Amino acid sequence: MTDDASASAASSTKLKAAAVAPPKQVRIVSATSTVPTRLSEIWRCRELLVNLVSTEIKIKYKNSTLGLLWSMVAPAANLAIYWLVFGVILKNGVPNFVIYLFAGTLFWNFFQTGVQTATGVVVQQAGIVKKVAFPREILALASVGTAAVYMFSQALVLILFMVIVGNSPAWGLLPLLIPALIAVALISVAIGIALSAVNVYLRDMQHLIEVIMMAWFWACPIVYSFWNQIHPKLDHHGLTWVYLLNPMTPIILTSQRVIYNQHLYHYNNKLAHVLPPWPASSYLLMDLALIVVGLFATYGALAIFGRLEGNFAEEL
Amino acid sequence: MNEQSAVTVEGVSKRFRLYHDRGNSLKERFVKRGQARYEDLWALNDLSFDVKEGETIGILGHNGSGKSTLLKCICGVLQPTQGQVVVRGTLAGLLELGAGFQPELSGRDNVYLNGSMLGLSRRDVEKVFDEIVEFAELEQFIDNQVKFYSSGMYVRLGFAVAVSVKPDILVIDEVLAVGDERFQRKCLQRIREFKEQGRTIIVVTHSADQVKSICDRAVVLSHGNMLDVGTPGHAVQIFRDSLLGEEASRPVHEEAQIIHKGDVTLLEITCTHPGAVASLPFRSGDPVEITLVYTSNAPIKGVVFGIEVHSPLGYLVLATSTLDLDEHLDLETGKGELTFSFDSWPFAGEEMKISGGILSRLGGVVYAWKEDACRLKAIYEGRSPGIVTLPVKASLKVATP
Repeated sequence: MTDDASASAASSTKLKAAAVAPPKQVRIVSATSTVPTRLSEIWRCRELLVNLVSTEIKIKYKNSTLGLLWSMVAPAANLAIYWLVFGVILKNGVPNFVIYLFAGTLFWNFFQTGVQTATGVVVQQAGIVKKVAFPREILALASVGTAAVYMFSQALVLILFMVIVGNSPAWGLLPLLIPALIAVALISVAIGIALSAVNVYLRDMQHLIEVIMMAWFWACPIVYSFWNQIHPKLDHHGLTWVYLLNPMTPIILTSQRVIYNQHLYHYNNKLAHVLPPWPASSYLLMDLALIVVGLFATYGALAIFGRLEGNFAEEL
Repeated sequence: MNEQSAVTVEGVSKRFRLYHDRGNSLKERFVKRGQARYEDLWALNDLSFDVKEGETIGILGHNGSGKSTLLKCICGVLQPTQGQVVVRGTLAGLLELGAGFQPELSGRDNVYLNGSMLGLSRRDVEKVFDEIVEFAELEQFIDNQVKFYSSGMYVRLGFAVAVSVKPDILVIDEVLAVGDERFQRKCLQRIREFKEQGRTIIVVTHSADQVKSICDRAVVLSHGNMLDVGTPGHAVQIFRDSLLGEEASRPVHEEAQIIHKGDVTLLEITCTHPGAVASLPFRSGDPVEITLVYTSNAPIKGVVFGIEVHSPLGYLVLATSTLDLDEHLDLETGKGELTFSFDSWPFAGEEMKISGGILSRLGGVVYAWKEDACRLKAIYEGRSPGIVTLPVKASLKVATP
């Protein structure tokens, strides 16, 4: 009785409120949530994503003198070692080898850092996951986002190097970098989101992914040349397509094509191709195909995440 | 469903799997495959209720009754195993104050970060930033790293951010016990303001008084089941009864004796006014005897009889016990009664509620308790208002000029 009375009183005040206030959003908490609702939740919290990325970067380099520069030191050291071993000691003869390496590692480092940090992030942020309600995929997205920031800071160094070495990119093909970037971002996001959820249940994932990444790195034509060293051997058996199944390969090839932009070099006293002599359109097609794959993979990753998310707060 | 409800809990159940030493690694999973032993624990069992817009609802329950699980389900931190929670409007959950603070960042950065976790945009936070800092009383320290904050400063900032969000629905989990008394009052005041602004509040608390003072309705949980949803007074009573019932099933070890709850039963509590003329009404100031009648199946060493008198509005106005009176009592087997005698009953006009019970000597265990067991209304023939009458004289002294 009294409830009815208060309800009608509330409804009359609400009618007044409804005239000015926009309709209230309705949120449903249940064991099943579809991917579109997850996506809209993520979009609603985009500002949190930005804040998490900036927090991550601020914290990581807080109290260190070099700050963000540190995100370039490790890749630079890596680069220096590869250049010394393969370019100087083993004399592979690739001209401007530093730029060749850099063009490959730029996207690779983004992918590797993003996936690796995303894998552990839900476990690492258990405190927030257990206490604050927000779409948890944001955590994995923030890891990939942070890796993207590092990638852009490395790109600045790359530009500096290119000016010093005098290696000009394929100006006309520069837009090709955009689909490649979208593809690598989607693939990183998909793998990162899926593994971050799996890692809650199987903590091995964190360590396993490091090993996988190490092997994966060498499966990509970053240090060696695809066209000169892999293609002839595989083409012989008609297996080149297997090598190209690695989604990172077309992305790295695209970046090398655009940034490195050198074709011929002397290899064992013969003229050889560093990069595949493909037209720009085939790079574009490969990247577009990868974007489609990445979209499906992201959708699948969100579905997996949604299924596994229900028990996060208990498992952590 | 009801248009006016802010939160609708529809048949929510939550199952926790309690694994016995399950490995989290791939190897352990593989080796122990098929032999992972677990028990199912239903922390919530098919709960359904409705929270109306603008209502303040309390959730009461003993430890482990599922209060916090329910709250987490409402906030969306946990997903229910079955059923769903429909939330209409923005919701801010205070499951833990300062959750998500990054100790390395300054207070200022944390306000923005925490705000965005609660769903505020940067511009929203900028608008209320000064208000937050002022409420948290951290003007001097806002640019210091949070890791240097005292725990009090930490929770103050957490609370200040959460209430500045001005959500349609505020969910609070036992966080009102933070800070010093003054800050607690400030928090309560802010919550009352929210209430007046027509916001919906869901609060989990152990404190029956808090429920009575701020809630419109209360839900009582016990072992994941809903015992009651109703007026705070009623709910508190059910809550206390359920606590007693809970204890009844557990034997008590005290001073080398084992006491089972059924051993002591409180049969009734009676109020009599000796010496009063039966035909005349009972008046304020008359003597009163309150008698607790019990039976005991076993001898018990060291018990305490206690009574409480509540005003009709539920305020505790008098409490006394044999412990306070320095009476050391042991119970023999059999029936007996204990009488508290008041020479003069000081309450007037209102019908006072009398509760009483038998407790262990140190007060840790309630053997038997009857809430609101009898009522006593005394007529007051004087003219002073108020519920207490005490002998009083007025005397005037005039200083001679």
